[in-house]
Amino acid sequence: MSEMATPHHARWYREPTSTYWWLGRWSYFVFILREVSSVFVAWTVVFLLKLVNSVAHGDGWYQAFLRWSAQPWVVILNIVTLFFVVFHAVTWFNLAPKAMVVTMGGRRVPGALIAGSNYAAWAVISALIAWGLLGG
Amino acid sequence: MADRITLQVARYRPEEESAPTFQEYEVPCHKDWVVLDALNHVKDRIDGTLSFRWSCRMGVCGSCGMSVNGEPKLTCATFLTDYAPGPVRVEPLRNFPVIRDLIVDLGDFMRKLVSVKPWLVRKEEKPLAEGEYRQTPDELEAFKPFSMCINCMLCYAACPIYGLDPKFVGPAALALAQRYNLDSRDQGSKERMEALSTHEGVWGCTFVGECTTVCPKNVDPAGAIQRYKLDAALDWVKNVVMPWGGR
Repeated sequence: MSEMATPHHARWYREPTSTYWWLGRWSYFVFILREVSSVFVAWTVVFLLKLVNSVAHGDGWYQAFLRWSAQPWVVILNIVTLFFVVFHAVTWFNLAPKAMVVTMGGRRVPGALIAGSNYAAWAVISALIAWGLLGG
Repeated sequence: MADRITLQVARYRPEEESAPTFQEYEVPCHKDWVVLDALNHVKDRIDGTLSFRWSCRMGVCGSCGMSVNGEPKLTCATFLTDYAPGPVRVEPLRNFPVIRDLIVDLGDFMRKLVSVKPWLVRKEEKPLAEGEYRQTPDELEAFKPFSMCINCMLCYAACPIYGLDPKFVGPAALALAQRYNLDSRDQGSKERMEALSTHEGVWGCTFVGECTTVCPKNVDPAGAIQRYKLDAALDWVKNVVMPWGGR
């Protein structure tokens, strides 16, 4: 803390940061939610790896995985995970125009167009995967 | 509308007390008065011991940043009537050590500002005889928004990361680094990248975004930092893919 202030000024007051600082403002709360969402993104990866592993070991393992996945706590966890993963993706896409400055014909492409193209790509890729899975 | 309004002003007199207290002052609530006018009224007519910084009264000098009802504001641009019937709580900017009353110590920012080299870095100056460094309007526009920063420190007061980790270089210094990186006359972006592509630099930012929200000059420090992260990541990839490519 001594690095913080001008040298030789010893009597300043520094307000301690509350443990609950993130409840003080809506944007801080949303920020913390976004940070927490990373845990659920990690859980999605674990869940998918378990699925792939069970498929690789044959029908018995796959049926056992389906039974395990149908347990109420897993279903609830996955519903919560879906909310957080969508939240994570939306905040990530909304960040894209901040990080990317694209110019076309000497003019800056509007942020809404950059974010919109991310959402469009998300929708198209999701539709393609759904089409492939549903045997289209 | 009430013709008077109560100010609750944070007082900290280090020779008398170990922590701030609040003192109330009743002041006129004229429709053309800003919070700074009210503080000057207190200073001139009610209590000459109240200490605060101000200078231009027109949102240019960046001296009068304070916390008004918990929000970082330039008090010269914050109208009393927006807070009627009151009270209006005026405190020093958060995340900075308080020297006295509403005055905070900006020494930490000043040192960090120097560390990002906020000036034009040239490998070699061209001779005066060759004339000035000319820029197109587009080249000017590339960095101009970031050059509007007035160092008012509202962004640091709004940034929880700076509050939690005082080593974080912070929004204004990073935005000003980007201001020079984007200037076509500058050749110092590599030097700055080495200093800023660090945990205390751009990677310390987790994109809360409040710095941009509170900026009175629409500088968008959050955007500057995210662009810097992208540049740093691309730089890293280039170095991995083409280690012989020279920096």
